[in-house]
Amino acid sequence: MSRTLYQKLVDSHCVQRLDEEHVLLYADLHLMNEYTSPQAFAGLRQRGLPVRRPWQNVAVVDHIIPTHPLKHRVIVDPASALQASNLARNCELHGIPLFDTNDPLQGIEHVIAPELGMIRPGMVVLCGDSHTTTYGALGALGFGIGTSEVEHVLATQTLVHRVASNMRIRVDGRLSVGCTAKDLVLHIIANIGAQGARGYVVEFVGEGIAALSVEARMTICNMAVEAGARGALIAPDDVAIEYVSARAPDMKRHLPRAIEQWRKLRSDDDARFDVELSFDACDVGPRVTWGTSPDQSVPIDERVPDPARAGSPQQREAATRALRYIGLEAGASLDGLAIDRVFIGSCTNARIEDLREVAKIVGDRKVDPRVRAMIVPGSGAVRDQAEAEGIAARLIAAGFEWRQPGCSMCLAMNDDVLRPGERCASTTNRNFEGRQGRAGRTHLMSPAMAAAAAIAGCITDVRRLESSHVR
Amino acid sequence: MSADTSIAGVAAALPIPNLDTDQIMPKQFLRGIDKAGLDRGVLYDLRFDANGAPRSDFVLNQPEYAGCRILVAEQNFGCGSSREHAVWGLVQLGIRAVIAPSFGEIFYSNAMNNGLLLIVVAQLDVDRFMNDVRNPATNRIDIDVARLQVRSRTHLAKFAMSARHRQMFLDGLDLVGASLASVEAIAAFERKHWEEQPWLQSVGAMVRARVC
Repeated sequence: MSRTLYQKLVDSHCVQRLDEEHVLLYADLHLMNEYTSPQAFAGLRQRGLPVRRPWQNVAVVDHIIPTHPLKHRVIVDPASALQASNLARNCELHGIPLFDTNDPLQGIEHVIAPELGMIRPGMVVLCGDSHTTTYGALGALGFGIGTSEVEHVLATQTLVHRVASNMRIRVDGRLSVGCTAKDLVLHIIANIGAQGARGYVVEFVGEGIAALSVEARMTICNMAVEAGARGALIAPDDVAIEYVSARAPDMKRHLPRAIEQWRKLRSDDDARFDVELSFDACDVGPRVTWGTSPDQSVPIDERVPDPARAGSPQQREAATRALRYIGLEAGASLDGLAIDRVFIGSCTNARIEDLREVAKIVGDRKVDPRVRAMIVPGSGAVRDQAEAEGIAARLIAAGFEWRQPGCSMCLAMNDDVLRPGERCASTTNRNFEGRQGRAGRTHLMSPAMAAAAAIAGCITDVRRLESSHVR
Repeated sequence: MSADTSIAGVAAALPIPNLDTDQIMPKQFLRGIDKAGLDRGVLYDLRFDANGAPRSDFVLNQPEYAGCRILVAEQNFGCGSSREHAVWGLVQLGIRAVIAPSFGEIFYSNAMNNGLLLIVVAQLDVDRFMNDVRNPATNRIDIDVARLQVRSRTHLAKFAMSARHRQMFLDGLDLVGASLASVEAIAAFERKHWEEQPWLQSVGAMVRARVC
């Protein structure tokens, strides 16, 4: 019987079928952080259980870590420091590989795993973090899980997985100048809604996806969860295989055989999808969120929609509430809206290509003096690379803060937090109420748009800025 | 875990679609290495003002809703972050069940793993329940897990629950224990899997050793 790529990956990792809905799914790699794993280790300890396969696990300190631009990092907050030391102790006790606070390769889990060659096509990857969908960019099936499930994975290297339905999203055409993968995924989420893909694993296909770099594909798969998707996948092509081959020298001996298998990782031609949607990349403009859910975005040249015109009473209520929180009115223009902060970072948009894009937009211009603009690279490797390319020096000269890697103000678990009422142009993934700080106002956008906002002091159309720039 | 087949008590309406886990359990409550004290964090910005004083206009702070055991919520409740702290906090606050048209998927699994009953009913049913519980005089809901039905003052709805979730809720099924019973099947799977794809064996340790 013909199968989708998702079904093939479930089949190839199925230890046991548990019932009609559930399978016991094997995890090739389990990533852990300091804040969703402690209670799982405590649970193991209570049961007196070992970690079944410590070497199929990797841990990293990323969520609570301070990002001050100091070479040696000290976690001042006692509770956070305890989370970090607790993770190190647990890893040592169980023999789990760790990227600790001051490891030069430390970074956001979803940035370091692919860049260090841990993610390989056809894998199942689990992590106590919802953005584990990122790995679909390499044809690996990634699921975010809760802490009880983290404990289950540590004990058994498996997950009780409720099998999802299949959705295929086709993207035809190519993105226009000034538009990026971030704009494309915001466009898709705005169209299908914050629960439009709930219950599905989404496979992205089409020219608009094939034309993207692996890093851009990660941005798409990363944010699929903001449409509620259980997982995201892009069948590995030459671009993806090249990316992995270049980063995983330890598997050199097996590479020809691996590549032969990776090329088969695609949905059968006649595979049946429960839902098929299609979009055209040509329709995508640079987008900005206007509300408090990632599905509330518009192209920069459109105005804030009127809640009265929303589809359902619930959406109307939600939009009204969102506008009240964000301090905007229906019909307002986002273009020209003054901002206080710019945050360039997160597992969505803090890779080297993102920083190159920012540097390109900034050129020799300066950050508007009214704006505090932070760049938090996704990893130590990204930071080093940007420094080697001269990007860091250029951005520091422009007035950006050049910081150490971590999750930082994407979720503001460390001391990078918005003050009440502050408005932020952010390259992150969630504009939820209070996400970046109580009463903070988040506008999600691409790194290029965030760079343009930093220079202009307000949200602006990056295409206008680009054309006005005398190079 | 509870062996009760019924949950009855005061219910409160949370008419906010896409109520995400960041709002259910804000970041400042995620810094523990245990599960203690999370009841304080539940819906913190909605329940407390910037000075930490209870907001009297929020439903859970009103005397008629004291001891609330059931929440009636909107679509996609618990979307966003995977943080299980959201579920732990709700349970610690005394919430036994949440009724909504849909739930975020990771939240759904987390709830099932902690005996928090999630009930999916149609939007129209939710509207009716909300209507009833918004009135303090009619804010009781009865949930019968054996019969799979929810009843408010003026409305009754049936709900579905998979056999596995029913067992997890009623018997407190221990998933780790159950899966460990399959340890031989896991070992057999690993042998075959690593023979077919040797580059996946010990991938974490291999990468860590390579980049040291």
